[in-house]
Amino acid sequence: MLQTNLTHITSEEQFNEILQNNENVMICCGRMGPMCVPVYEIMEELENEYTHVKFADMEFDIPAAHVIRNLPECRSFTGLPFTVYYKNGKVVKATSSIQTMEQVTTILNEEFGNNE
Amino acid sequence: MRKYDFDVIILGGGPAGLTAGIYLSRARIDTVILNEGTVGGQTVLTHQIENYPGIENINGYQLARTMKNQAIKFGCEVRSNVKVTAVDFQGKIKTVEINNKETYKAKAVIIASGGRSKTLNVPGEDKFKGHGISYCATCDGDFFTGQNIIVVGGGNSALEEAVALTKYAASVTVVHQFDHFQAFPHAVKEAKENPKINFIMESEITEFLGDEKLEAVKIIDKKSGEISEMKIDGVFILIGYIPNTEKFKGIIELNEKEEIIVDEDLRTNIEGVYAAGDSIHKKYRQITTAVADGTVAALNVIEYLNN
Repeated sequence: MLQTNLTHITSEEQFNEILQNNENVMICCGRMGPMCVPVYEIMEELENEYTHVKFADMEFDIPAAHVIRNLPECRSFTGLPFTVYYKNGKVVKATSSIQTMEQVTTILNEEFGNNE
Repeated sequence: MRKYDFDVIILGGGPAGLTAGIYLSRARIDTVILNEGTVGGQTVLTHQIENYPGIENINGYQLARTMKNQAIKFGCEVRSNVKVTAVDFQGKIKTVEINNKETYKAKAVIIASGGRSKTLNVPGEDKFKGHGISYCATCDGDFFTGQNIIVVGGGNSALEEAVALTKYAASVTVVHQFDHFQAFPHAVKEAKENPKINFIMESEITEFLGDEKLEAVKIIDKKSGEISEMKIDGVFILIGYIPNTEKFKGIIELNEKEEIIVDEDLRTNIEGVYAAGDSIHKKYRQITTAVADGTVAALNVIEYLNN
């Protein structure tokens, strides 16, 4: 299990449940590597601010992670983590590799509206 | 209600900044750490640390997390992923503005802003990050199984990672700008003896090409000036680190490598402003040396505040 304070998605059922129960979802799928850790930390920082977004992580190497790994939007990705943004269960944006706070908040604001 | 007045502001949350935070907070000095990136700094780049005294084996993330928790336990406030937008170190009270809207004040500052991976800064580099370009072999090596890749660099990291990447890749080409390597002889020997590794010396990548993902690179031969195109599946850029000191240019004294100049007590040229860790001028950059710097800076700041 990833060593973060985020909600951990460990099964396909849980993944589907989260998408069904939340309009706006950001899932970061990775390992505990140097490119992944900064993204988890950004998500932890934003969790209290963006209360209208559900933040979760998922281990890249568990079988259930195929729901992220095999997305068409992630087809060209060669860098962990794969970060995927869902609105009403549909993928609206996906990024590969490390992202900055600014890059993440820009996507959140554009896709889900800002926190105010 | 967020608090903005402190005794000490520490800029940076790597091992130097966190250690200073632990020492200062434990001494009941009101301290805040403002960190632009991830807590732990370059430490989180290290998967296994085996030379940190007292701990046989730990990953960088866990070590950094433990340091952060120690600092917080003693009362240190830690804010990560903020953007430092202005600093004013003149006068008795120093100010640091973050995110263009919040201003922190303190009697002393410790700059522990660390360093970051160098980029090539050539066309296509941003576009193909995560789509063929990587800065972490351990993280992304397995995406290139059976493929042909380039490692850019000639230091220890580049050659050690080139060898590690041969576990996955069909071939690894090391592209290096000089005619010799900066890596230790044993690392050079190991790379040269590996049949999957070949070398293009005195050459540099000038452009990354592709559509949705990286497909080729342009390489210039520095001796002849000739530019050639090479089809490639992935490029790992491992060309060292630069200090994060841009925002202190013209404010505190830096050397020609843009490292902060400090005295033996880790004082900068401005009274009440100290510096520690990878951003200062020094020979060895290790977690242990950063921790030592953080300790020395914190103890000197305590003395400064008492006087």
